[in-house]
Amino acid sequence: MSPENRNYLPESDVIGLNLKETELTLGMPGETRVTTDTGVKFGTKRGFSETIDLNLGRSNVKCHDKVCDDELENDVLGGATKSLTAKAQLVGWPPVRASRKNVMKSCKFIKVAVDGAPYLRKVDLEMYNSYQQLLSALEDMFSCLTIRNYLSEKKLMDPANGVEYVATYEDRDGDWMLVGDVPWKMFVESCKRVRLMKSSEAIGLAPRTPQKCSSTA
Amino acid sequence: MMNYFPDEVLEHVFDFVTSHRDRNAVSLVCKLWYRVERYSRQRVFIGNCYAISPERLIARFPGVKSLTLKGKPHFADFNLVPQDWGGYVQPWIEALARSRIGLEELRLKRMVVSDESLDVLSRSFTNFKSLVLVSCEGFTTDGLAAIAANCRFLRELDLQENEIEEKKNHWLGCFPDSCTSLVSLNFACLKEINLAALERLVARNPNLKSLKLNRAVPLEALQRILMRAPQLVDLGTGSFVLDRDSDDSETYRKLRTTILKCRSIRNLSGFLEVAPHCLPAIYPICVNLTYLNLSYAAGIHGSELIKLIRLCGKLQRLWILDCIGDKGLEIVASTCKDLQELRVFPSDPFGAGHDAVTETGLVAISSGCPKLNSLLYFCQQMTNAALIAVAKNCPNFIRFRLCILDPTKPDPVTMQPLDEGFGAIVQSSKRLRRLSLSGLLTDRVFLYIGMYAEQLEMLSIAFAGESDKGMLYVLNGCKKLRKLEIRDSPFGDMALLRDVGKYETMRSLWMSSCDVTLGGCKTLAKKMPRLNVEIINENDQMEFAPEDSQKVEKMYLYRTLVGPRKDAPEFVWTLV
Repeated sequence: MSPENRNYLPESDVIGLNLKETELTLGMPGETRVTTDTGVKFGTKRGFSETIDLNLGRSNVKCHDKVCDDELENDVLGGATKSLTAKAQLVGWPPVRASRKNVMKSCKFIKVAVDGAPYLRKVDLEMYNSYQQLLSALEDMFSCLTIRNYLSEKKLMDPANGVEYVATYEDRDGDWMLVGDVPWKMFVESCKRVRLMKSSEAIGLAPRTPQKCSSTA
Repeated sequence: MMNYFPDEVLEHVFDFVTSHRDRNAVSLVCKLWYRVERYSRQRVFIGNCYAISPERLIARFPGVKSLTLKGKPHFADFNLVPQDWGGYVQPWIEALARSRIGLEELRLKRMVVSDESLDVLSRSFTNFKSLVLVSCEGFTTDGLAAIAANCRFLRELDLQENEIEEKKNHWLGCFPDSCTSLVSLNFACLKEINLAALERLVARNPNLKSLKLNRAVPLEALQRILMRAPQLVDLGTGSFVLDRDSDDSETYRKLRTTILKCRSIRNLSGFLEVAPHCLPAIYPICVNLTYLNLSYAAGIHGSELIKLIRLCGKLQRLWILDCIGDKGLEIVASTCKDLQELRVFPSDPFGAGHDAVTETGLVAISSGCPKLNSLLYFCQQMTNAALIAVAKNCPNFIRFRLCILDPTKPDPVTMQPLDEGFGAIVQSSKRLRRLSLSGLLTDRVFLYIGMYAEQLEMLSIAFAGESDKGMLYVLNGCKKLRKLEIRDSPFGDMALLRDVGKYETMRSLWMSSCDVTLGGCKTLAKKMPRLNVEIINENDQMEFAPEDSQKVEKMYLYRTLVGPRKDAPEFVWTLV
């Protein structure tokens, strides 16, 4: 689908169908189509779409055979929409050195302490997308615990002795907060460490009213 | 007239000619000048280690004391060049060692360095003083140990962004007690360090002016080090974190007091790990700073950055993360009136953070900092109007690199390509030497570049242009072009082959994911024997008798006086 082979319908085409609007072009989701005076459409660059390193579970096929091109473009177009929203990776873009990429990746390793456990663990908050995922991970790590969702509070329980734990965290200002109050991303940004506190000790914290919990998956 | 002067007089005159280019020009005047110049040349710069051989270097410049070598193409920084491509320093060091050249300084960029090379280096040159390695790989801390142990007069060991395998040895402890000549030490790219050895080393090196620590140096150690080295001009902190326990407030107080004594610090960097509440410790020295690099400090938020910047009235160079935001850049603009260089790096590759910067921040900077001449700006979006305003406010750009995180994004206000904006930049900055483009761009931007960018030496193109015409405008118009690197753009054989002689006037050309074919590259290689035309062949694309019509995924060509290189790996084909 290279520009040279297209048959452009002039805008003054009187049939009444705005065929331009329905023409397929390659482009990023949400991008509007633009034409220049020369009638060349943007968003039809072969190069860009084909270099998207789609992690869609299939091998990264790069071939320049014509047939393969078309298939790839169609696949890529469909895939591009999905994967770009899911953080698709262009090879070598943005042009940032590896040493800087580590800054950008911001692996957010924080310490997790459980009252009564002899040693702490570390988790990378960037690995999770929701409180539920984090709690599941903690459940795995501290295998004696199970998640108990009570009134949509984030609690863990040790079924062996019935001790309930409440997940708390220290934020950037040094204050201890209840896990789950703020949106997940905000939590990841501000959390410095997590402590699973025994419920009995958490009495000082204000009782939770069953308002809608803003921690979305 | 000059022919009647003895050679020593000529040599003395040439001593005042220091830049590489000027000395190269001097050597072309006549045979006499060529001869005098070559014997007196001490500093040699080789921008592409495959353009010439070590033997020829030594034959021409027997008095060389300082050698700079560059290896891999620039796009290797972004993982576009496979491992084992080349760029080995070993043959250079071996040849220099054999020849008894009195090497004192070696600066390498994007080269493969082995422990053996470092060992040979450390033993072969008694006056060796300075080793600078930038973006190199292939060695371990054993190699560093050899340098530390054997280079008796070492003044400078500068390791910038290298990939170094760290062994259990304590290489820093290999500096003998007699080593007191250090002026500059940078090991920020390492993960570990022997703290005790470091502190002892700093204590016995009173001439230390530049010290860049790594993450493993905690704040308490920094405080002790600064106590010993208040004369530092250039400091890179390691970890700048203190927990908020009461024990550490003592450390914090001591740090503040110590920093107050460091009145010579002009360049500040590091903060590889940072707790914002510790930042006030550096407030007292901010007023003296001319260079501030916070581009690795992911833990500092916009508001804290702003508080810091407000104190830095004398800044000339600022490297920062985009979480400073447009608002933060406005503060920079109103505070840093002497700003010449600004680099804004992305903290999130997809610009999803609400704090990332846009055209607004850049316009503010241009408006407040008219001395700006060097820019690297990663942003969410850019408009033509903004670029036109920037061009008007700052006509002095030498380096202008814009990277819009979405590489084909048009002007979001007009939905037009950014041709006019970049056109304004090249038209107004007559001394522009380096340019990187991004955003939606047609052939028109290249027309402008060819017309106006008369001093342009390096151009980086990604996802831009519509046809061969674009590339031709550049090749025809930019007479001083040395390095051209292009990825994912629709330029093909027609542009590649139009003026084959052009490439001998340039250092190199990189083209990846473009439309050049194997046949086109072969034709070029045949016509130009003094170019190495290399095809990088990954993914077994071209395993079975490839067709000439097949597009080439990655091509790198460069002028050379020594023919195809003998160390090319299997996946690199040099066409002849």
